[in-house]
Amino acid sequence: MERFLAQNWTVIQPALFLVFTGLIVLLVDLWLKEEEREWLAYFSLVGFGGAGVIVVRQWLAVRGLETPITGFGGMMVLDTLGLLFQMLFFLVGFLAVLLAPGYLTRRRLQRGEFYALLLFSTAGMSLLAGAQDLIMLFLGIEVLSIPLYILAGFARPRLDSEEASLKYFLLGAFATGFLLYGTALLYGATGTTAFEALRASEAAAAPRENVMFMAGIALLLVGLGFKISMAPFHQWTPDVYEGAPTPVTAFMVAATKAGGMVALIRLLYWGLGPADDVWRPLLGVLAAVTMTWGNVGALLQRNVKRMLAYSSIAHAGYLLIGVLSGGVGFVAVLVYLLIYALTNLGAFGVILLLEDGEREALDIESYRGLARFHPGAALLMSVFLLSLAGFPPTAGFFGKFLLFTAGISAGLTWLVVVAVLNSVLSVFYYARVIVKMYMQEPVETPAFSRSWLVAGALAVAAVGVVLLGLYPTVVVRLITA
Amino acid sequence: MSAQFVIFGLLAVTSVATALAMIFSRNAVHGVLFMVGNFAAVALLYVLLGSPFLAAVQILVYAGAIMVLFLFVVMLMGPEPAPLWEHIPGQRPLALLFGLLLAAGLIAAVNVEELTGVPGIMSQEVLERLGQPTALAQTLFERYLLPFEVTSLLLLIGMIGAVVLAKREKHELQAERAPREGGAE
Amino acid sequence: MGTADFVEIVVKSLVIIWALLTGFAYMTWFERRVIARLQSRVGPNRVGPSGLLQPLADGVKLMFKEDIVPAEADRALYLLAPLVAVVPAIMAFAIVPVGPSVTLFGRTIPLHLADMNIALLYFLGLGSLGVYGVVLAGWASNNKYALLGGLRASAQMISYELAMGLAVLSVVMLAGSLSLVDIVNAQAGGRWFILLQPVAFLIFLVTMIAETKRAPFDLPEAEQELVAGFHTEYSGMKFALFFMGEYIAMIAISGVAVSLFLGGWRGPFAEQVPILGVLYFFVKLVAFLFFFVWLRATLPRLRYDRLMHLGWKVLLPLSLANVVVTALAVVARDTGFFGLW
Repeated sequence: MERFLAQNWTVIQPALFLVFTGLIVLLVDLWLKEEEREWLAYFSLVGFGGAGVIVVRQWLAVRGLETPITGFGGMMVLDTLGLLFQMLFFLVGFLAVLLAPGYLTRRRLQRGEFYALLLFSTAGMSLLAGAQDLIMLFLGIEVLSIPLYILAGFARPRLDSEEASLKYFLLGAFATGFLLYGTALLYGATGTTAFEALRASEAAAAPRENVMFMAGIALLLVGLGFKISMAPFHQWTPDVYEGAPTPVTAFMVAATKAGGMVALIRLLYWGLGPADDVWRPLLGVLAAVTMTWGNVGALLQRNVKRMLAYSSIAHAGYLLIGVLSGGVGFVAVLVYLLIYALTNLGAFGVILLLEDGEREALDIESYRGLARFHPGAALLMSVFLLSLAGFPPTAGFFGKFLLFTAGISAGLTWLVVVAVLNSVLSVFYYARVIVKMYMQEPVETPAFSRSWLVAGALAVAAVGVVLLGLYPTVVVRLITA
Repeated sequence: MSAQFVIFGLLAVTSVATALAMIFSRNAVHGVLFMVGNFAAVALLYVLLGSPFLAAVQILVYAGAIMVLFLFVVMLMGPEPAPLWEHIPGQRPLALLFGLLLAAGLIAAVNVEELTGVPGIMSQEVLERLGQPTALAQTLFERYLLPFEVTSLLLLIGMIGAVVLAKREKHELQAERAPREGGAE
Repeated sequence: MGTADFVEIVVKSLVIIWALLTGFAYMTWFERRVIARLQSRVGPNRVGPSGLLQPLADGVKLMFKEDIVPAEADRALYLLAPLVAVVPAIMAFAIVPVGPSVTLFGRTIPLHLADMNIALLYFLGLGSLGVYGVVLAGWASNNKYALLGGLRASAQMISYELAMGLAVLSVVMLAGSLSLVDIVNAQAGGRWFILLQPVAFLIFLVTMIAETKRAPFDLPEAEQELVAGFHTEYSGMKFALFFMGEYIAMIAISGVAVSLFLGGWRGPFAEQVPILGVLYFFVKLVAFLFFFVWLRATLPRLRYDRLMHLGWKVLLPLSLANVVVTALAVVARDTGFFGLW
């Protein structure tokens, strides 16, 4: 018992807070009528906010420390990197909850489980951010993913939602198999699952002499690659992002990518650091393939959700540059993920506005002449799309700038060249939507539903995108302080 | 020949025989029962290996809970003989191949000392220590406390998922019923 | 293991089996007499003094009944099912200590067959195996009433086993052991667990009736709806075997309940005079059995949805809450938080 209480519980405090909020949501849901369930959204906001406060306090406390705090026998760590990632997760969760209630009410999907699953999934990410053991890495990814499989099918009687859920689940389960197998092989090769011991193992020092170790790395990369939709393991992305309820898609786009990235960083640098000559070239090539495949795919789409899905694949490719750069690259990854999350949440927020429970603005043609009916929405959408494309002075430009400079200073010039070319390519499909909104005649009155919560989320996202574009150094200084 | 060896022999034959019978039985209910028999035989093998806790859990969880649910489902669905064709062609030879590979791997693992000269980790003493509930509890609730608790969260999420995806809300039921009732009027 | 130990085990096993079979026989007499009294009737009183030889007469009658196997039945399973219903019930009694150790022929003999550190898991495991007998009987008979009875039985037993396991868990936490011998010893000095765990006791009381499929939880054999449920098609000794299973299960589960909550064989001077311990145990056991009979004479059968409601929405949350409270109390005790102990 003493040993139970002696575990360092602070390292999982934010996750614990989210899980308990989720449990309370589930419990309270039992006594609420359908029209009262919107309160659960507000309660979840409190959950994300509270977890955010915890993380910020921990960050302030941990910042000056030389050695990071560990807990649970070294399975979890409390360091600035993990805490900053957690802040990002909770911000995304907060904004995603803002997007949800209106949509859920219109579709008669207002159920407490929605918010609980969102909270649980974020708790999984939070665990992932501090994982220092293959077991925790695996469990974090599962706690992150399984709620998303369910959420993707939340609009259940609708066929595309069911399809999204099933596809995501089946392929996700398959990817989990790779992840587990890789974990098992690494354990077999080194006799340990702890990152610290992995780093110090003989196999990591001379990876090429240990086939089991190499195979383990490869399988883990496949599994994680699926989670961040890295080509060629990205096939599920468009279908799932298209079919899932839009608030869920927004959350997935912004949060799972960040969760996958932090998992990748933890595994590669904390666990497999000495073996970097194995994974570095492999990941570099995959990054190039990913961004190109994503952008070309996006060019061919007519459905806005699918287009954004392919664009998210491309962004995963850009982000891998930061991962590969290490050190400064992590800052670039964090800032880029923040900007990317705000931008995508904003874009999906606009899509949510252009929806009335029956019609949804999914086809690119439904954006024709939008500026004439809803100039505000069109303007916001344009800002977000330009930021995704990386136009100055939006934040997207600054994010890409950070990533690419990090890449060049790490000697990845060829990859940065590929990325720049890809960015140019991407302008075409982002701009296409803007052209439709401003320069073409409308065909029909677009569907529209007003929502203060969505408007609030959009405001946060828009202000964030603009301010980060105008005063980019502030956030970098804050992070590296 | 010691009494232990005789008991082991009986159990080994029983477990293999029930496993084979389960695979080859055409009747799903019989299959389930052979599997229960197999679980029981394996559980007794655990007792023989000095791990009564594992044996009890095996009976309680697999034979007592999971297989009852299997039986429940099979009975609800009615007896449906297994189809003679294969859904995925080529499964059987592959299954045989992989089964043999697994057997080879397991035999090698058991005889690790004879094959490599290095004694395996699982000596008699280690096994006896691990078989005790206290040792298991210490592993689960001290060393692997966090993974254990996170796994329980995972199971909870799975349950929520089953409810969310299977349960019909009242208004959905009404929507389904409405056209039928409308037609009757 | 010496020869003497082996002989001891065999003798004890035989004694237990003999006692349970006799107990079964006289349980039928006991039940009929008690229910008759509760309903202002007389009950069987013709065969022997006070009808004491009635079970014997019933046995003879059942032996000579025609043994029918329905034409469309799954013959092997049809024959197997009654055995599966009886055997786990008999095996369950092995862990129950019926008294303190006695000294016979110069050997110290503990009055229980097996003192395992997993005894209660063994008990719960056997309880879950007992479902198979009923389910298989229902399925093998190839009769829709029997099948429905079997389905009901499996759903009911699975549902109530959870709450029962959790109720047992609260006691286990207090005693710090899964062994019934240790649990009985932990109740020395009149500190019966029924006093510390009244909620767990009530939950166990309800679930033990449901697990043995006794009234008011006898839906698997509800005669008004399902003829006789899972044993509709059975006749002769096979029919009797189901009753044997049910009654022996009642005895075994009462034995466990006595050990868990009522201090087992413990009582004044039981340690000095072992036979007194056995007597105490027997009295407590009979009290439980009387309770079973009393309930059957008193309560109407539950509706099926109420049964599920009770199991999942009342007993399960209650037992979970009880486990949580107990756990907190145990922590407080071990860390000296309240200073009560």
